[in-house]
Amino acid sequence: MKHTLNLTGRNLFDLDDYSVEEIEKIFETAKVMKEINSREYKKIPTLRGKTVATLFFEDSTRTRISFELATTRLSADVVSFTSTGSSLKKGESIQDTVYTLNAMGIDLYVVRHSCPGVPQLVNKYSNKPVLNAGDGRHAHPTQALLDMFSIWEKKGSLKGLKVAIVGDILHSRVVRSNLIGMKKMGADVVVCGPRTLMPPKIEEVYGATCEYDLKTAIKDADVVMALRMQLERQTEGLFPGLGEYTSRYGLSNKMLEFAKDDVLVMHPGPMNRGVEILPEVADSEHSIIIEQVTNGVAVRMALLFLILGGKPGREVA
Amino acid sequence: MILLKNGMVYLSDEKKIEKVDVLIDKKIIKKIAPVIEEKNAEVIDCAGRHIFPGFVDLHCHLRDPGYTYKEDIASGAESAAKGGFTSVCCMPNTNPAIDNISTLNYIMRKARDVGKTKIFVIGAMSKGLEGKEIANIASLVKGGVVGLSDDGNCIQVAKLQLNVMRYASIYDIPMICHSEDYSLSGDGQVNYGPMSTKLGLSGIPTLAEEITVSRDIMLADVTGSHVHIAHASTKRTVELIRQAKKDGIKVTAEVTPHHLVLTEKACDGFDTNTKMKPPLRSEQDREALLEGLMDGTIDVIATDHAPHSDYEKELEFVKAPFGVIGLESAFPVLYTTFVRDNKMKLEELVERITSKPAEIIKKNVGILKEGAPADLNVFDLEESFTFNESEILSKSKNSPFLGMKMWGKIHYTICDGKFTWKL
Repeated sequence: MKHTLNLTGRNLFDLDDYSVEEIEKIFETAKVMKEINSREYKKIPTLRGKTVATLFFEDSTRTRISFELATTRLSADVVSFTSTGSSLKKGESIQDTVYTLNAMGIDLYVVRHSCPGVPQLVNKYSNKPVLNAGDGRHAHPTQALLDMFSIWEKKGSLKGLKVAIVGDILHSRVVRSNLIGMKKMGADVVVCGPRTLMPPKIEEVYGATCEYDLKTAIKDADVVMALRMQLERQTEGLFPGLGEYTSRYGLSNKMLEFAKDDVLVMHPGPMNRGVEILPEVADSEHSIIIEQVTNGVAVRMALLFLILGGKPGREVA
Repeated sequence: MILLKNGMVYLSDEKKIEKVDVLIDKKIIKKIAPVIEEKNAEVIDCAGRHIFPGFVDLHCHLRDPGYTYKEDIASGAESAAKGGFTSVCCMPNTNPAIDNISTLNYIMRKARDVGKTKIFVIGAMSKGLEGKEIANIASLVKGGVVGLSDDGNCIQVAKLQLNVMRYASIYDIPMICHSEDYSLSGDGQVNYGPMSTKLGLSGIPTLAEEITVSRDIMLADVTGSHVHIAHASTKRTVELIRQAKKDGIKVTAEVTPHHLVLTEKACDGFDTNTKMKPPLRSEQDREALLEGLMDGTIDVIATDHAPHSDYEKELEFVKAPFGVIGLESAFPVLYTTFVRDNKMKLEELVERITSKPAEIIKKNVGILKEGAPADLNVFDLEESFTFNESEILSKSKNSPFLGMKMWGKIHYTICDGKFTWKL
């Protein structure tokens, strides 16, 4: 490792608590992990004896699997908690759930919840490091880290890059964490979507640029990220329907021509093909959407490794 | 008899602070003079301390009947006494709601039995606070309510609000309006603005208040009712009230200590003790509220004391109930933030939490002069303390000011000539 920064015992609620150097260290560690993941035997023993609990109070498949793979590849044990079929259905509070799990000797919690601020609550009650795996619309820092890592890998740096994020900005935790992280790493971020799906004062809060026209937003962009558009926003009275949305904000090959020639196309998933992104773009050579998923495991391994204090090269006989 | 000697006394008629002695005989302030000698009196030396009329709170939630795990009339009265209050008005969002004479009688009887603080009752505007039918307003007025409100709820249908005001306009009591358009506030948690964006929480726009304040002012104009705007929180609300007063409409307004002192920034970190309705707003709004208070647009300061138990507040931000307590911190917070910082005169602050609110409910309280009820308190303004949970007498501890260093320590509260708080 190039740096000697120590992340042992840290929480990851969002990226505002992390410095540029720390984020770079996570990237460099992720690079090593990615190499391990490409081996035939994808496992190192560094976190043997540690126990990670994944607390998914909100449904998620990919993020949970990604975290669980990351944990087992570092040889830590993982216990999964999902709100369906748990004591939460019997009215147990988060406080009691965490007290109970903590009594069984958990070393680190991975938390996904529909309400912002719950990772902080879990940390308060457990006094153990917590990785935020998405809290409401608030933050999704591991997604942002894997997004940024994916760009960093391809472009060498985020400095001076123009990144356009398109879609339902208001309801997106991915955008918020990416705005914090990408601005920190020196990128210019443009957010674009219908005005009813734009949170107030986004320029002021994050130093982002706000555009309502897709062409302007992706002009000369180095990276374009599309966000999942959910149909239920229609019944909430926020936009008229998917047809008009796709015609204005759907990523097509034609639109992509306004971006740079070597533009990277990204999507945090799951995709609505034909809505926010056309198949021709999703499957094009610009798309790194599948690689984002691969990188997700590596980035999460890096975080677990750094936070649980794993030492490189420590082999257990 | 009680003789308070050598204190700096706020005299309500003169709106001035003077060094005089105050003699209390039974329930009445018998004499105020530079030097009083009275052998039969219990003498309290108040040298270096200030004596104010007992504070009057237009807006608190005593949770009794129905939610007595949060607060009850006895604990609320004690909390009030410790804050220097001798009169409080309790809101009708109890269970059952105060929309009927037996609930009203229960509260008045229990308040009399407890005795610590004068408790005035605000009756419901609509049956069950449901915003559907007019409550039995005539009976409630006869039973002694001092105002009407659906506080905590807001009547959404303009026609019903119009009819409530029209029906009640023959009585000389304020219509206390919690002005909020639910279609705009929705599932909002904090102010719609930078903080809702940053925290990823739904926002409550200032518009949700302002659009309804406009409506309520127009209804006051049309019906001739006295509308009192509860917990004003935005700049435009202040402007609307200022204009309404210029136009001669019978409107008064209150602001809470937390809206005067804090902004939405306090919500960063998801402390549920910063979650209340209306939400903490921007710095611009806060400044406008202070300006409105200073120029008289906003008449009074009221606490909106809203107790919630720890297990209700120690939840996900979204699930925790709205509201914070305020009776015990109100004066020290305001004194520390504004008077010590030379932003407000002490006399001004005292008037806004004593005689001004008393005028709105037309009660002979909150006045310090000869012949007035012996309701007063004694503060040491040079004494500081840290506001913490262990000293709070309310059953609930949900204050946004926990841990704050405050000046102005209460030494005594006297209500109807009896000590209700002694340090």
